[in-house]
Amino acid sequence: MNTILTAIAFLILAPVIGVLVTGVDRIITARMQGRVGPPVLQPFLDIAKLFEKERVGVWQAPAVLIFLHLAFMVVTGLIFFGGGDLLLAIFALTLSEVFLVLAAYSTRSPYAHVGAGRELIQLIAVEPVIILTAVGFYEVTGSFAASDIMNFSGLPVILLPGIFISVVCILTFKLRKSPFDLSTSHHAHQELVKGVMTEFSGSTLGMVEIAHLYEIVILLGLVYLFFVGNPILGVLAIIIVYFLEMLADNSTSRVKWLPALRGAWIITLILGGGNIIALSLL
Amino acid sequence: MAYLSKSPWILHYDASSCNGCDIEILACLTPRYDVERFGIINTGNPKHADILVITGGVNEQNRSVIQNLYDQMPHPKVVVGVGICACTGGIFKECYNIAGGVGEILPVDVWVPGCAARPEQIIDGIVKALGILEQKRADMSRAEAGA
Ligand code: SF4
Repeated sequence: MNTILTAIAFLILAPVIGVLVTGVDRIITARMQGRVGPPVLQPFLDIAKLFEKERVGVWQAPAVLIFLHLAFMVVTGLIFFGGGDLLLAIFALTLSEVFLVLAAYSTRSPYAHVGAGRELIQLIAVEPVIILTAVGFYEVTGSFAASDIMNFSGLPVILLPGIFISVVCILTFKLRKSPFDLSTSHHAHQELVKGVMTEFSGSTLGMVEIAHLYEIVILLGLVYLFFVGNPILGVLAIIIVYFLEMLADNSTSRVKWLPALRGAWIITLILGGGNIIALSLL
Repeated sequence: MAYLSKSPWILHYDASSCNGCDIEILACLTPRYDVERFGIINTGNPKHADILVITGGVNEQNRSVIQNLYDQMPHPKVVVGVGICACTGGIFKECYNIAGGVGEILPVDVWVPGCAARPEQIIDGIVKALGILEQKRADMSRAEAGA
């Protein structure tokens, strides 16, 4: 019963939390650059505006695929916060990403295709860490079910420090922040312009943005899982991790895809893999 | 329900400007002017843009490019011509390859004169364009409701 309530709360609250997080993110980013920055609700205004615009598209396929991207992102969150299987949630998250890539490929624009290719590389870079995370939680709590992990009384991070650090690293990919914003960029407006999102406009782009709001909440939920026994520590960890992401975003420039992929895999192998091996030896 | 003017995204195109007006537009993004306070973002992608800002006189080679960019922007959209060159061709007017001001090929909604146009003027021009943008949106939704 409790898990159903959290799932419903996720459905309604996640966009609100997502807007607040990205809004505060934009203000703090602006402060780091010596500017004032937009109002907190600016991400909401942006999305609301996108739904007022005309949708330009030669055919319907991208819009349908983007809708599936959003739908599976929501499904991921429902499984995750509803206490379902962690592996199933990871599968739904990957499927959601795949729909985004397919949508970009279906637009037949060379820029979108380059963006889609890079998005796939990012997916390959982050996927091992996400799966290792699930394995790590299984080793610690003895279950893949999110509900069992949420009822765990200890701090999984004590046994999973390597995996936690790798998750923090791949969060940069997932939040689309530099140095790993290969497939789309918020700030720089040259080169790829918007990568995968190049061809989406109006409500289609709006759906991508809403899906990203859900994604942020899911990812922050994943960070919280590492501190599940102590809610105050969990919230504190989320704030610190997100601040570190903003700091990295503002103090680095984008890397090429090969160093990004290598970096992610080396971290995964050494920290994540090492952590799992150490756990199984214990 | 008027979110459009609270989140105007700009596409800036340099149509044979001397770069003088361009750096003034970029100056609007710096800490001194910080137009992101008003939700303005420089997107560089016509499909995401609401306002097309053009500097410099149009030359014969980028005529089709500008038309193409304009056509790719989703409705409602407005065009702002920044600098004397964008208005009339300015000091380049007599050159053999210059077609003249932006008005030659696009319906320009706001003119921002000056050589170079000052950031304050450019911001004023954009704010004026927002009113027109809002008007166009209202017309568009009325047309949709009527259709
Ligand atoms: S108006 Fe002046 S500063 Fe602007 S592009 Fe023309 S010559 Fe350069």
